[in-house]
Amino acid sequence: MELAFLVTLLAAGIRSGTAILFATIGEIFAERSGVLNLGIEGMMLMGAVSAYGVAFATGNPWLGLGVAMAVGGLMALLHGMVTISLRADQVVSGLALTFLGSGLSAVLGAPLVEVRNAPRLPVFPIPVLADLPILGPIFFNHNVIVYLGLVMAPLAWWYIHRTRPGMELRAIGEYPAAADVLGINVNRQRYAYVVFGGVMAGLGGAALSLAITPLWIEDMTAGQGWIAVGLVIFASWDPLRAALGSYLFGAIRRLPLDSQNLPFFLAYPQLGYFMNMLPYLFVILLMLISARSEMRRRIGAPAALGQPYVREERGV
Amino acid sequence: MLGKPCSLTPLLPQCTVGFDLAIPTLLLTQIMTTSSYAVEMRGITKRFPGVLANDRIDFQVRKGEIHALLGENGAGKSTLMNILSGLYRPDEGEIAIHGQVVEFHSPRDAIRHGVGMVHQHFMLTPSQSVAENVFLGAREIGFVLNPQRMAAEVRRIAEQYRLPVDPNAKIWQLSVGEQQRVEIIKILYRGAEILILDEPTAVLTPQEAENLFVTLRSMAADNKTIIFISHKLEEVLSIADRITVLRSGRVAATLSAQSVTKTELANLMVGRQVLFQLEKPPVQRGEVRLRLDRVCALDDKLLPALREVSLTVHSGEIVGVAGVAGNGQRELAEVICGLRPLTSGTIEVAGERMAHLTARRMIDVGVAYVPEDRNTTGSAPNLSVAENLILKSYRKTEMGAGPFLDLAAVERTATSLVKTFNILTPSIKTPVRKLSGGNLQKVILAREISGQPQVLIAASPTRGLDIGATESVRSLLLQERSQGAAILLISEDLDEIFAISDRIVVLYEGRIMGEFETADAELTEVGLLMAGGRAPSASPGT
Repeated sequence: MELAFLVTLLAAGIRSGTAILFATIGEIFAERSGVLNLGIEGMMLMGAVSAYGVAFATGNPWLGLGVAMAVGGLMALLHGMVTISLRADQVVSGLALTFLGSGLSAVLGAPLVEVRNAPRLPVFPIPVLADLPILGPIFFNHNVIVYLGLVMAPLAWWYIHRTRPGMELRAIGEYPAAADVLGINVNRQRYAYVVFGGVMAGLGGAALSLAITPLWIEDMTAGQGWIAVGLVIFASWDPLRAALGSYLFGAIRRLPLDSQNLPFFLAYPQLGYFMNMLPYLFVILLMLISARSEMRRRIGAPAALGQPYVREERGV
Repeated sequence: MLGKPCSLTPLLPQCTVGFDLAIPTLLLTQIMTTSSYAVEMRGITKRFPGVLANDRIDFQVRKGEIHALLGENGAGKSTLMNILSGLYRPDEGEIAIHGQVVEFHSPRDAIRHGVGMVHQHFMLTPSQSVAENVFLGAREIGFVLNPQRMAAEVRRIAEQYRLPVDPNAKIWQLSVGEQQRVEIIKILYRGAEILILDEPTAVLTPQEAENLFVTLRSMAADNKTIIFISHKLEEVLSIADRITVLRSGRVAATLSAQSVTKTELANLMVGRQVLFQLEKPPVQRGEVRLRLDRVCALDDKLLPALREVSLTVHSGEIVGVAGVAGNGQRELAEVICGLRPLTSGTIEVAGERMAHLTARRMIDVGVAYVPEDRNTTGSAPNLSVAENLILKSYRKTEMGAGPFLDLAAVERTATSLVKTFNILTPSIKTPVRKLSGGNLQKVILAREISGQPQVLIAASPTRGLDIGATESVRSLLLQERSQGAAILLISEDLDEIFAISDRIVVLYEGRIMGEFETADAELTEVGLLMAGGRAPSASPGT
């Protein structure tokens, strides 16, 4: 009984943490390059609404997925232009992007709220592996987009730590002047990673509306974009830790749903309200823990995070 | 996916072809046949808003020589070298490398022609390894990193040029001297034949500097050309073959190092007669004004920064704290000024034990502080000269009643301080950010000294100042000493410590390593203690 519950919960956690995982990985890249993007929530919402709308209109969920990624990328490009080229404040620009995204998605999505039958991304149990006990249901019996998340986290880690472009990425976020004198085009790379972050946030939004909770309602991300910002810090800018955090968050988020039939909760239905707070309490707790331990370790944020890069031409 | 076969060995001049833009063979033959000058800069002019940094400079460096570029702060040395290394573009003039006229649009262009620069502030990313820093931006290493091969290549260069360093160490783990070696390896890997070093000894202990000189001499013997930017006369005379002196953006002279004396160089550099000896009357030690007893404190990362520091400063003496930057100097100053909490130990000022250390309390008992960073900690850049001058005295009744300032009194005080301390400012209402470094430092000293302090903490008070301003700051400190103040001089400049302090303590990793009367102190011994008392050439990991 308990084991079955745990397996269901973990499988649901991985499924429901996938959206936030994409957004978190994207933000890790943007921040590692030195650009903070607080617009994730807005980009996810726009991704979710455009994915759902396109899938409904064309009948092709894959097209919806692609459009969502493009929309996220375009919104991030706007953020890039404002913060990298015009050197405006990254926090302000990111907040504006979130407001833009949540407002615009609400307006564009209004007619979609009634639609409940847009095509979804398919569930694909992996042959043989899906039949394994315990591991099968947890890892190998999922929507296709969940597998993408499972593959992407280690791939992102490998890119950052084991490839030449990844090495350059770490450098431009930490000491852009050092990269610049060696002929690396700091701002061009920052644009690329910021746009990539937007593409991933759009993908996360699409994962929500096409697979995880396949429908569109206004403000359906319910703060997941903000939680992604927090997870980046918890993960110390590391995609593998981001996967751990995202899936854990997903599980906690699913806890109220999956546990409501347990006898204990049937006796105390009021607990449901408390359980709904858990994901957010969890994030606050994570932030407290990581703030403490990061202080003591030397790993921290990319040193140049939040600062526009200008080749200094002054003084004598 | 891995690089081309030759790609990891771009060290031989012929093999600079490791880079995607190879030097054409034609050019290589030119290198062998033409000019004996490695670098010729002709008629270089560079303007910044409001400043003529380089004014028609002609500068020539022979192949295989060590050429020192000497000048005060603001003389235009760094600008000229930033032009040569491709970071800035000149407004007028031309550059020839090995006789061939070139135009650099970026540092990458310059390195393609064999010109590499070691900047004063190292261009290294602290969280990455030595090898990663060396190979940053090197396209030829392929897409996937090969840590073993990168480490082996770094080790090869390190051995060839005797620049010991562990390729796998992270930059933050290295001493400043080691970091400098990484910078040199970085440009050597890129095939540099002409190396520019911007104030390379500013951050080194004397022994580390001596090691660097040995390396530079062996590289010069290997036919590399070295340009050495400095404002230190002794080291220029000891290392350089030829010296070019810049003054106010122009070339004052180019001379052979053998045929010139220190005094002549100083006069060329400053443009007037320079006195090297300050008037320093014998010490008149009075009672103990400042006593630290086994003081411990943490740094900003909450790691121990001061470990059981005990020291005393008497009235009428200057105690110099020697040490390489980052060994607890800043924390020491901040603890005494009440800006940083003690974790244990006690501080006494004028015999009174300080229980609750706050900045306000320490000001009230007469502790004055000239902070290391005069632009951010020492002054409020957008406030006027007058406002900055009364930042510590505005609470006193003569400056106004209650919450109101008596502006006439403020103005009177400020005007008289500006006059006494000879501060050059357009008016007392000018924001201090518009003042030069020397004048800003005089504002800070005037503010601190005018409160007639019991104890004065001066942290690197002459850093970045020209010779004239340095002289006046030092003589102000000596004046205060004659008035009976107890002065703690924290400085990375050993010459300064030896010039004006009466006693010297050496700080290393937050510990006092030794204490000397200045008269008996040996430069080499102090230098050794600054490096932790170990043999200076030893470096971890190699």
